[in-house]
Amino acid sequence: MKIGTQHRRQERIDRGIKVRTDGLYALMSWRELSYLIAPRLLLIGGLLLLPLVVPGMYWPRVISIVCIYALLATSFDFLAHYVGLVSLGGAFFVGIGGYITALLNTELGISPLVSVPAAAILGGVICTILLLPCLPLRGVYFAIVTLMYPLFLARGIEALNILGGTDGILGIDSVPYAWLEQYGIIVMLLLILFGLRRLVNTDLGLVMRAIKDNDQAVKASGMNITHYKALAVFIASSVGCLAGACLVHTYMWAGISTFALDFSILPIAATVIGGGGTLVGPVLGCLILVPISELLRDFGTLRIVFYSLILLGFIVFRSEGLMIYGQRKYHQFERWTNI
Amino acid sequence: MEILIYGTINSVALALYALGFALVYGICRLPNFAHGALYVLSGFIAWTMINTLKTNLLVAVVATLIVTGIIGAVIYRLFLIRVRGMEISEIIASYAIALAILEGLRWGGFRGMTYTLPVFVEGSMTIGGISVDYQRILVVVVGAALVAGLWLFTHYTRVGLALRGMAQDERAALMLGIDSDMMAVVAMGMGSMLAAFAAILLLPLGNIVVESGYNVLILAIAVCIVGGLGSWMGAVLAAFLIGFAQILTVVYLGAHYQMMVALLAIIFTLILKPSGLFGQQKELEERV
Repeated sequence: MKIGTQHRRQERIDRGIKVRTDGLYALMSWRELSYLIAPRLLLIGGLLLLPLVVPGMYWPRVISIVCIYALLATSFDFLAHYVGLVSLGGAFFVGIGGYITALLNTELGISPLVSVPAAAILGGVICTILLLPCLPLRGVYFAIVTLMYPLFLARGIEALNILGGTDGILGIDSVPYAWLEQYGIIVMLLLILFGLRRLVNTDLGLVMRAIKDNDQAVKASGMNITHYKALAVFIASSVGCLAGACLVHTYMWAGISTFALDFSILPIAATVIGGGGTLVGPVLGCLILVPISELLRDFGTLRIVFYSLILLGFIVFRSEGLMIYGQRKYHQFERWTNI
Repeated sequence: MEILIYGTINSVALALYALGFALVYGICRLPNFAHGALYVLSGFIAWTMINTLKTNLLVAVVATLIVTGIIGAVIYRLFLIRVRGMEISEIIASYAIALAILEGLRWGGFRGMTYTLPVFVEGSMTIGGISVDYQRILVVVVGAALVAGLWLFTHYTRVGLALRGMAQDERAALMLGIDSDMMAVVAMGMGSMLAAFAAILLLPLGNIVVESGYNVLILAIAVCIVGGLGSWMGAVLAAFLIGFAQILTVVYLGAHYQMMVALLAIIFTLILKPSGLFGQQKELEERV
C-alpha cells in the first residue's frame, strides 16, 4: 500500500533462528536442531520412502529413472557452478559408462554388482583422458566441444559398425535383486549428493570455486589449474558414467541412443528449474521433470516441446530456480520499510 | 573433375548454412543454436505456401524469407535479449527454442519423405563429362552472389556499417548513436533470412526432414569454428576446406563418414587453435 509520496522498499532479513543456528549454539535446543535437520531429513526420508508409496510396477521404475537423471544433473551442476566448466555432454558420460558395463557384463560375464562400480571408475578415467585436451577451453568453446563428443562417438559406432553397431548390445543382465536395483541407486544418489556438498566446502572445493571465479588468480598463486580441473572432470564424469551404467542395467540394453541428446538436455533443464549451484536443486528438478515427461509419453515428441518450453521459460524469466527461492523463504523474511 | 564440381557445390552449400550463424555470432555474440531449426521451419513454411495456399513460387519464396526473418527477430526480441551476454544461458535458451520448433514440427505431422520443394529450373547440363543439374549450378551462382551482396551491404549501407561497428566495439557504437538492441534484432532477423534463403535453395535437392535441422546446425558450427567465430571470410574459406574434405571422404571412404569429418573438424580446431584458422579474436580470451 502506497501512501502519498512516501516511497517504500522491500528488505530481506535473516530469520532469528537462522542466525542462532549458524554456530555451535544450534545444539542447545530441539527447536533449533530440528530447524537444521528437517530439510535434510525430508530429502533423505522422502527419497527412501518414495518407492514404497508409489503404486504398481511401472512407477518404481520411473523413480529409478529419476535417480539416474538426478545423478547426471548433479554432476552437471557440480561441474558448471563449482568449477566453471559447462559441459553439454551428459550423453557422453552416459554412453561411455553404459558401453563399458555392457561389455564387462556380456563379454567377460562380470556380475552387475561389480561391473557398475568398475564402469564408473573406468569410465571416469576414459572421459577425463578424452576431455584433457579441451580443459584449457572456457565458456562457450568448452560447451560446444563437449556437445560434439557424444555425437561423434555415436556416428563413429554407426559408421564403423563396432560394439553391436546400430542394434546395440543385447542380453545384459539386470541387477540380481529388485530391492537392490531400486534402493541401490537411491542410496548412491544420496551418498554422492552429500559427498559432493562436503567436497565443495573443503579446501579442494575452495580452489575449484576460485578457478570458476578467476582462474588467472589461481594460476598466479602457483597452482596448476589443469590438475584441479582434471580432478573435477574425473569426479563429475565418474558420477555420469555411474548413471549410464545403472541405466543400461535397468533397460538391459546398450545402444547408440545412450548418446542421445536427451541425456544432455534433460539434466540441464532440471538444473535450471531446480536452481543451479545448490546440488540439491537438480534432484528436485528431476523429480518434477521426469514424471511429467513420463505422463506425456502418449503425446510422443510433444513432451520434448513441453520441457524445452519449461526450460526456456525458467532460464529467461526465472533463472534462480526453485531451490534458491525455497532457501530464501526458509531462511529469511521480507518486509516493507519506508525510505 | 567430379570431385572438383561436387566439392564446389558442397562447399557453397556449407557456406550458405553457415552465413546466417556467422552473421548473428559476429554481430551480437549470440551462438544461435536455433539456426538449424529456423532452416527447417522455413522449408516447411515454403512448402505450406506452395502446396496448401497454392501461391506461385516467387511469391512463396519472398513470403518465406520475410516470415522467417520476422520469426527470428521476434524470438530474439522476446526471449534471447533477456539473457544477452550470458553465453551459456544463450546457448541453452536458443537450443531449447530449436528443440521446441523441431520436435513441434515432428509432432505436427511433418515427417517422412513426402515433403519436397520444387526446383527453380528443371534439367541438367554436362561440364567436363559430368552431368550437373541446373539447380546445383544455381546454388553456386546465387551463393556467390549472396556473399558478394553481403559484403557490399556491410561496407556501403548505413545499416550494414552500423552492424559492423557493433561487431567491432559495442560501446563505441553506442556512443555514436547506434541502438545496439535494435541492431541485434536486425542482425537476428537477417540471420534467420539467410537460413531461409539456404533452405529455399538447397531443400529442392532432397526431402525436407526434421532431422536435417540438427545436421545443419552442426555443419554451420563446424564451418564457423574452423573459420574462426566472428570472421566471415574465414567462414567462407572454411566452408571450402570442409566441403572438399567431405566429398573426398565420401569418394574414398563412404558416405557414413561424411558427418564425422565435420565433428572431427570442430573438435580438433577447438583443441589446437580455438580462435579458428582466420579468427580475429585474441587467443587469450578463450584460453587460459
